[in-house]
Amino acid sequence: MNKVETIVRKEWAEVFKNRLVLFTVAFLPLIMTVIPLGILFSMRGDNTLNSVTSSMPEQFTAFCPANLSGGECFQVYMVSQFMVMFMILPLAIPSTISAYSIVGEKTTRSLEPLLATPISTGELLIGKSLAAMIPAVIATYLAFGIYAVGAWILIPNKLLLGALLDLRWLIAIFIVGPLMALMAVSVSIMVSSRVNDPRVAEQLSMVVILPVLAVFFGQLAGLFVINQQLILVSALVLVIFDAFLIYLSVQLFQRETILTRWK
Amino acid sequence: MIKTENLTKKFNGNLAVDRLSLEVREGEVFGFLGPNGAGKTTTVRILTSLIAPSNGTAVVNGFEIGKNDKKIRQTVGILTETPGMYDNLSAEYNLRIYANLYEVEDVAGQVEKYLRMLGLWERRYDEAGTFSKGMKQKLAIARALLHEPRILFLDEPTAGLDPEAARLVRDFIEELRKEGRTIFLCTHNLDEADRLCDRIGVFKTRLLVMDTPDRLRSQLFGRKVVFHLRNSEQAMADSISQLPCVHDAKIIDNKLLVTLDDPETNNPFIVRKLVEEGADIQFVGELRHSLEDVYMQFVKNA
Repeated sequence: MNKVETIVRKEWAEVFKNRLVLFTVAFLPLIMTVIPLGILFSMRGDNTLNSVTSSMPEQFTAFCPANLSGGECFQVYMVSQFMVMFMILPLAIPSTISAYSIVGEKTTRSLEPLLATPISTGELLIGKSLAAMIPAVIATYLAFGIYAVGAWILIPNKLLLGALLDLRWLIAIFIVGPLMALMAVSVSIMVSSRVNDPRVAEQLSMVVILPVLAVFFGQLAGLFVINQQLILVSALVLVIFDAFLIYLSVQLFQRETILTRWK
Repeated sequence: MIKTENLTKKFNGNLAVDRLSLEVREGEVFGFLGPNGAGKTTTVRILTSLIAPSNGTAVVNGFEIGKNDKKIRQTVGILTETPGMYDNLSAEYNLRIYANLYEVEDVAGQVEKYLRMLGLWERRYDEAGTFSKGMKQKLAIARALLHEPRILFLDEPTAGLDPEAARLVRDFIEELRKEGRTIFLCTHNLDEADRLCDRIGVFKTRLLVMDTPDRLRSQLFGRKVVFHLRNSEQAMADSISQLPCVHDAKIIDNKLLVTLDDPETNNPFIVRKLVEEGADIQFVGELRHSLEDVYMQFVKNA
């Protein structure tokens, strides 16, 4: 077993015994899946909503496929709102895990013997990052899969189903999701390298969720609508931003500072 | 095995280690003694490549600090001040993690060997968090040995342990010495250092003195022999103090206390002289100053 794999397995064995982490990894995706499915279920066959299209933001109705009734367009709109919330998963899960992974080592005083092994800083950070990223990505994919299957069962109209599961969301979930998870992990590693308390680390790491909330409320307020182009641009920006954050987190992870400053 | 020259470490301008020059030989148990905050742990961290020196050089196991750090970490074992085990994981899994990180070939074999050797095999599936302090310390010692390092750095190995656990750890260090491993032992326990160490260094930011415990004792206090007499008289002390090998002789209660050179050679002459003076000698013994006396003398004057 190589060193990165050893760190990943060790992190999982340890971190999943933490109830807060377990809750975040298991229940958050569940909630994010149940809510949009609940909306779809409650709006089934409701024709009174056919007149609401006129009150929806103009840019949004432009993206509502033709041949959909007002009620169906409204379903697309509502579910799209929650799809943005879906993007919280690849941010919240790795933040919780990685906030504990370095500061946790500090509180148990296990970082010094770990750093005394021949592991390089790169191997250690890759191991810790993967340990936080993989569960987040898997949980996001699984939650989206459950949502897709649920939507397929609940919605007989294949056109509506296609609108709900269109390419922009597939790109968001399968490409932007892991990039966001990487961003969350890098921020979390930077924060937890610098603070001494896991709770502080977690709270500070959660700041990465703010841009997603801004997008959620922005779309809700009708300021913009997430389209394929916006998602692709986000992916590109995230690639560049992630590369910068990884560089920064490696630079900030100074073995000596961490060992001598932590009392 | 370990050689430092003018090794210096500063933290924000504060001197933690000042021009430390020492040499620890292969197979030697070297005691590194000093008060809290003296810089012992900092020195160990430098020598195990955990932190970099500000100045000076150090060679550990043939590898230079700052140039072959990974090699140094690969070939030395360290017992840190606190065990730092993963409390939620089993004892066995804790060791398996480190065996993998140290690139041990026979992971299962080495883990079993040291768990058995330290009496933890029966508790191998228990979480480390359920262990007593002594058991955790033994587990940490096992962790330091998994990759069979020839040099071991032990930072306060018996600190906070009950007498029984401390004795077990000391006995284990004795075993390691018999195996020919080089041991760099940081300790506050002077009795432990006296019993285990071939040489000691007294350190307080800088190295105050370094030698064998016996030579340091003799250097500071000379060698003293006590003659327990049934019939002590001042004349006996006066007569003995005339001998060229004797520096001082005095009667205290029924004991004649003699400070002299080379007691192994000169004691028979003194015994003969005392008998000639009519003394009834009950016992003869060497008065040994404790290492604590030696330590206090050097640290007080630093």
